[in-house]
Amino acid sequence: MSIFVNKDTKVITQGITGSNGMFHTKQALEYGTKVVAGVTPGKGGTSVEGVPVFDTVEEAVKETGANASVIYVPPAFAADAIMEAVDAELDLVVCITEGIPVLDMVKVKRYMEGKKTRLIGPNCPGVITPGECKIGIMPGYIHMPGKVGIVSRSGTLTYEAVHQLTTRGIGQSTAVGIGGDPVNGTNFIDVLKEFQADPDTLAVILIGEIGGTAEEQAAEWIRQNMDKPVVAFIGGKTAPPGKRMGHAGAIISGGKGTAAEKIAKLEECGVKVAPTPADIGETLVQVLKEKGLLEQCITKK
Amino acid sequence: MNVHEYQGKEVLKQYGVDVPRGQVAFTPDEAVEAAKALGGELWVVKAQIHAGGRGKAGGVKLARSLEEVRSHAEELLGKVLVTHQTGPEGKEVKRLLIEEGCKIQKEYYVGMVIDRSTGRVTLMASEEGGMEIEEVAARTPEKIIKESIDPAVGLLPFQARRVAFKMNIPRDRINKAAKFMMGLYKAFVEKDCSLAEINPLVTTEDGRVMALDAKLNFDSNALYRHPDIQELRDLDEEDPREVEASKYDLSYIALDGNIGCMVNGAGLAMATMDIIKHYGGEPANFLDVGGGASAEKVTEAFKIILADDNVKGILVNIFGGIMKCDVIASGVVEAAKQVGLDRPLVVRLEGTNVELGKKILEESGLEIIAADSMADAAQKIVSLVK
Repeated sequence: MSIFVNKDTKVITQGITGSNGMFHTKQALEYGTKVVAGVTPGKGGTSVEGVPVFDTVEEAVKETGANASVIYVPPAFAADAIMEAVDAELDLVVCITEGIPVLDMVKVKRYMEGKKTRLIGPNCPGVITPGECKIGIMPGYIHMPGKVGIVSRSGTLTYEAVHQLTTRGIGQSTAVGIGGDPVNGTNFIDVLKEFQADPDTLAVILIGEIGGTAEEQAAEWIRQNMDKPVVAFIGGKTAPPGKRMGHAGAIISGGKGTAAEKIAKLEECGVKVAPTPADIGETLVQVLKEKGLLEQCITKK
Repeated sequence: MNVHEYQGKEVLKQYGVDVPRGQVAFTPDEAVEAAKALGGELWVVKAQIHAGGRGKAGGVKLARSLEEVRSHAEELLGKVLVTHQTGPEGKEVKRLLIEEGCKIQKEYYVGMVIDRSTGRVTLMASEEGGMEIEEVAARTPEKIIKESIDPAVGLLPFQARRVAFKMNIPRDRINKAAKFMMGLYKAFVEKDCSLAEINPLVTTEDGRVMALDAKLNFDSNALYRHPDIQELRDLDEEDPREVEASKYDLSYIALDGNIGCMVNGAGLAMATMDIIKHYGGEPANFLDVGGGASAEKVTEAFKIILADDNVKGILVNIFGGIMKCDVIASGVVEAAKQVGLDRPLVVRLEGTNVELGKKILEESGLEIIAADSMADAAQKIVSLVK
C-alpha cells in the first residue's frame, strides 16, 4: 500500500511555468504521476507538457478534481502559495521551496490550524510511493516498490539510503522528506503514525540530523507506540558546535540538539542507529534478519 | 545574520524599547567625542564584537572621566578579546559603544526565540539576569518563565504583564516592563528576527526599564525584504572564505582539516564529513552546493576549496535530485581547468543524469578518481591524502 500518495493521487504543480516547475512536471509525468493541472497566476489557459495551466488553485481543483499539489514557487511567494492550496481544501500540499522566512511559516502553521490539508515541507525533496506517484525532486529511478517506509529531514541523504535499499532488493512503501526547516508542516511522529497504521509497511528507516529535538521526541513515540522495527541514521556527529544561537536557543531545547544525544535517545528506545551513512542498508538488513522479516521485504521482480 | 550590540539597540529604539543613550566609536578620539556629546559623569566603554561574554573577558569598562574614556578606548581598540563564545583565537575589537552610565537596581533576563516544537515565537524571562542564564536554565529551569505567542494576535498586553509580575518587576514599573516586551515583539516580527536576547534587562534608580545589552539575530531567509538590516552586516566579523562563498549563494563553513568537500544537500554534506572522519581523515570544510546550482556556482565552490592551502585532497560527493550530475561534472571540469588541478580529486556521482556526468569526467582529460559508494569515496580520498 503506501501512505499519503498512491497511483490515484491527482496533482497540481504550483509554479508550473518556472524552470523548476517545468522540469519536474516533465519528470513526474514520465514517472507516471497523475499531474492533472498547473497553476501560475496570469498564465491560465496555456499548457506545459500537455498539462493545462490555471490562474488559481481553486479553479484548477474545480476543473480537474485534483487532491494534492506540489509547490515550486520562489521563497518570497511560497507561504502564500501554501495557504492558497490549503484554502482550496487539498488533502496534501508538498512544498519544495528552500529559503522561506521562518516567520512566514509561523503564520502558515497558524493559518492551517483546523483545516484539513496536510503540509509536507517546506525545504523538502517531496514524497514518493515507488511505481505509483512521485511528488517532488527525487530521482525516480533509484526507488523500488516494497515494504520499507522512509522518513527523513534530508534530501540527498535520503536518496543515499534508498539507493542502498534498492541495490539489496529491498523496496520502499513510501519515502517522505519532511525537510530541513525549523518550522514545518509534518514531523517524524506524524509520518511514523502513518507507517505504523499501514499494513504494507513492515519496517521504517528514520534519517535525522543535528538541531532541535524532533528525533528525541520520535524516539519516545516509537518506544510507546511502534511494534515495527525502526533503523536510523543521524547526520552531523562530527559537526562543530555550530554558530551559537545565544542563550535563548539553548534554553528552549534544554541543551539538546547534538547528534550524540539523538543517537543515545534512539538506541535507548530500541532503534538501531547505523554507524556511518554507508551502513544504513546493512543495518536494516541485520535488523530485518533478526526479526525474521527480511524475506518479506525483498521485492520479487 | 548577527549584528553588533549598538546596531541591535538602534533597531530596538525605533520600536520604543528603552536603551541607554550611546554612540559608536572607531577611534579613541571618536570615543571621547561621543562621551562629551552624551554628557554626564559616568560612561561605559564596550567592545563591539559578535560574541557574548565580553564583560567577563574585560571588554566592558566603566569610565568616570574623559581621560578614562580615552585610555579604555586605546586599550580595547585593536585588542583580541577571548570570551567563552569566541573560541580560543578570539576576535579583534574594531568598534566601541560609548554609553551613558546608569545606576542599576536589578538585572533580569528577557529573550525571544522561535520554538521549533510549537512553531511559535516564545517569550522567555527570568529574574536571574546577568551572565549565567544558561546555568539557570540547566539547574533551575522552573525559574524560566515562558509565554507562547499566538501569531494571529501577537504578544498580548496581559501576557506581557503576566511575565512582568512573575519576574518580580517592581509594581510601579510593571507597565513599563510590559511596554518594553511589546516593543521587543514588534521589532522581532517586523524585522524578521530569529533571536532577540536582552541580558540583562535592568531597572534603574531613576525609574527606567531598559536593555543594558541587546543581542539581535536576523533570519537570513528574510534579509531580502530588509535592505536596512542587510546594511548592518560587518564582514570583519565573518570568516573571509565564508564571505566569499556567500557571494555565490553557497553554504560553506570552514573547518580545521585537510580534505575539502563538495556535496549537495546539508544532510549528505554532514554525513560525508562524518564518514571521512570515520575512516581517519579530517574534513577541511562543510560545503553544500545546493539544489539549483549552475555550472558557474560549482566552479566558484571548487575554486574556494582549492584556494585553501590546508586542503590536500578533495572529495566531491553528489547525489543528484534537482542537482544534475552533468552540471556538477561540467562545473568540476571547468574549475579544474581554470585553477589547475594539483591535488587528488575523488568524485562520486549518483542520481539524475549520472551517466552523462560520468562521461563528462572521463572525457575531460583530468586525473579524476571515480568512486561508486560513499564508503569507497571516503576511503580513497583519506588514503590519497595520507
